[in-house]
Amino acid sequence: MNSTATRRSDGCAISGVLDQKKNRFSASTIVNSIASLRERSNGLGGGFAAYGIYPQHANEFALHIFYEDRKSRKSTEELLESSFIISSREEIPTRPPKNLSKPPLIWRYFVEPPTEGLRDLKISGKEYVARQVMEVNSSIEGAYIVSSGKNMGVFKGVGFPEDIAEFYRLDDYEGYLWTAHGRFPTNTPGWWVGAHPFSLLDWSIVHNGEVSSYDANRRYINTFGYKCTMKTDTEVITYLCDLLLRRHDMDPEGAAAVFSAPLWEKIARMDEENREYYKKLRTVYGSGLLNGPFSIILGSQNGFMILNDRIKLRPMVVAEKGDKIFASSEESGIREVCPDPDELYFPAGGEPVVGLVEGADRL
Amino acid sequence: MTAKSSTTQRGETAVIDADGVYYQDLNRRIREITADGIERVILKNVNGQRYIGDGLNHDAHLRVEGTPGNDMAAFAENIEIEVIGNAQDAAANTMGGGRIIIHGAAGDILGYSMRGGEVYVRGRAGYRAGIHMKGFEEKQPNIVIGGKAGDFLAEYMAGGRLVVLGLDCEGEIVGDHVGAGMHGGRLFIRGGVQKYKLGREVKITGVDAEAREELREILSDYARVFDLNLDEIMSEEFSLITPVSHRPYGDLYVD
Repeated sequence: MNSTATRRSDGCAISGVLDQKKNRFSASTIVNSIASLRERSNGLGGGFAAYGIYPQHANEFALHIFYEDRKSRKSTEELLESSFIISSREEIPTRPPKNLSKPPLIWRYFVEPPTEGLRDLKISGKEYVARQVMEVNSSIEGAYIVSSGKNMGVFKGVGFPEDIAEFYRLDDYEGYLWTAHGRFPTNTPGWWVGAHPFSLLDWSIVHNGEVSSYDANRRYINTFGYKCTMKTDTEVITYLCDLLLRRHDMDPEGAAAVFSAPLWEKIARMDEENREYYKKLRTVYGSGLLNGPFSIILGSQNGFMILNDRIKLRPMVVAEKGDKIFASSEESGIREVCPDPDELYFPAGGEPVVGLVEGADRL
Repeated sequence: MTAKSSTTQRGETAVIDADGVYYQDLNRRIREITADGIERVILKNVNGQRYIGDGLNHDAHLRVEGTPGNDMAAFAENIEIEVIGNAQDAAANTMGGGRIIIHGAAGDILGYSMRGGEVYVRGRAGYRAGIHMKGFEEKQPNIVIGGKAGDFLAEYMAGGRLVVLGLDCEGEIVGDHVGAGMHGGRLFIRGGVQKYKLGREVKITGVDAEAREELREILSDYARVFDLNLDEIMSEEFSLITPVSHRPYGDLYVD
């Protein structure tokens, strides 16, 4: 839609669409949904996470990397060559940028960790990749791995989401899960690395709101080796998800109860079993509580989780139609692409909605 | 998307196809039409356009087919808007008068700072319905919610009347933190409400004959609009929630 005014005070926009049967569909659905919420963004950030887009490389990690210049690319590639088996590399195909700030150099690599390296370190492939991502992002100037999962990728930048989609030629991709973000940055710079989604391994996060507890969360995950380098609060949620869901093997409902922990007075009213569980969760993971208003969509290979802060200071609507689950900041963002859903509902604050692909029992 | 709206006028009714029309163009068109004296406007294929009916002060009737965007009817006076579908967040924001009829559900912060008029919702309402609605002497706004209401119902409510019916609903019909910070107005909840749900600034009482009459008056129009049986609605007990004090924090900042 055309916009004549340039300044508006509004929140961000998020949308997500999952096909539970893993049938892949084009980007147009998610692009139309997020573009319809244009009033919520201001052109300083837009992006997409897409799952199922690299079936020919399904068993390799797909690294999407932003480089400030050739020098940062050279240093990074030296590190990648010594740490990974690289099966292919290329510049990510793009169209000439329209209405976008100057893009970085954007490359993608399909890689596998060397088996002997994993054996020596006694760690999993995922842990190995996560450590390499932290290493590159914190030690090589001007290089950022913005996406590092399997059969998925993040496409983001500074502009309105529909212009970002055009730039990355998203119409060339098909996925079974798409999430999207239109940004209205408030406290932190609108720069390419700082656009949403934020992603590590298979996790991706789009977020509307503000992590007021950012520094407490950042210091907490820092003790587990995660380094925040992207100058945007949302990054910390991504690493918290990796910590809780992958390393601590928590289910999504547990992670939701950490992020949007029930108030103590609510815990006091629970039956004994639940009371003990939530007490423990709040005690052990107090530093994982996300304070402040938020709605998020967490994407993974197995589906997504939709979550609001516990007193619901940000909007979120969910709908279902056949095998598909839709989520959006506004009902109109769903109806734009699914005019007649079978079911449409409004999750409560702190109440996670988990959509899983067929056969999966957790994210 | 280019802004185009095809308008056909039949007598005193105008029909606008809002499909893909940018909200500013749509609202400009509505303002022009109602200023010209057209009394009925039908908006078809509305989806997400914001600010519909904002600031309008005409004896006109808008029929909105679809999902109107945020802040519908903000600052409106006199106008009647009927939504065949759900309303999004902040419907009737600071509305000063008129009547809003929502056949589906309403989003969060329904009737935010509303000062006059009526809002009738057939379905549920989201969080913070009636937040800081206010009244002055004869000018008292009414909100009636047919389904359930979310947490922080009547938060900081300062005046007017808010009614939650929970028709055809199972379980609790209001969320937590009811009337938190409430310091004016009256909140009626059909059936009982557990004490822990109430904010510390409110008390709960039964509904005496006078309050019952007040409630009947509010609900008779609501029942007529949605073709519901008033006696059936009234047959259940109601709880009345009112503030303990009109100035709960009057002593907070004294020297």
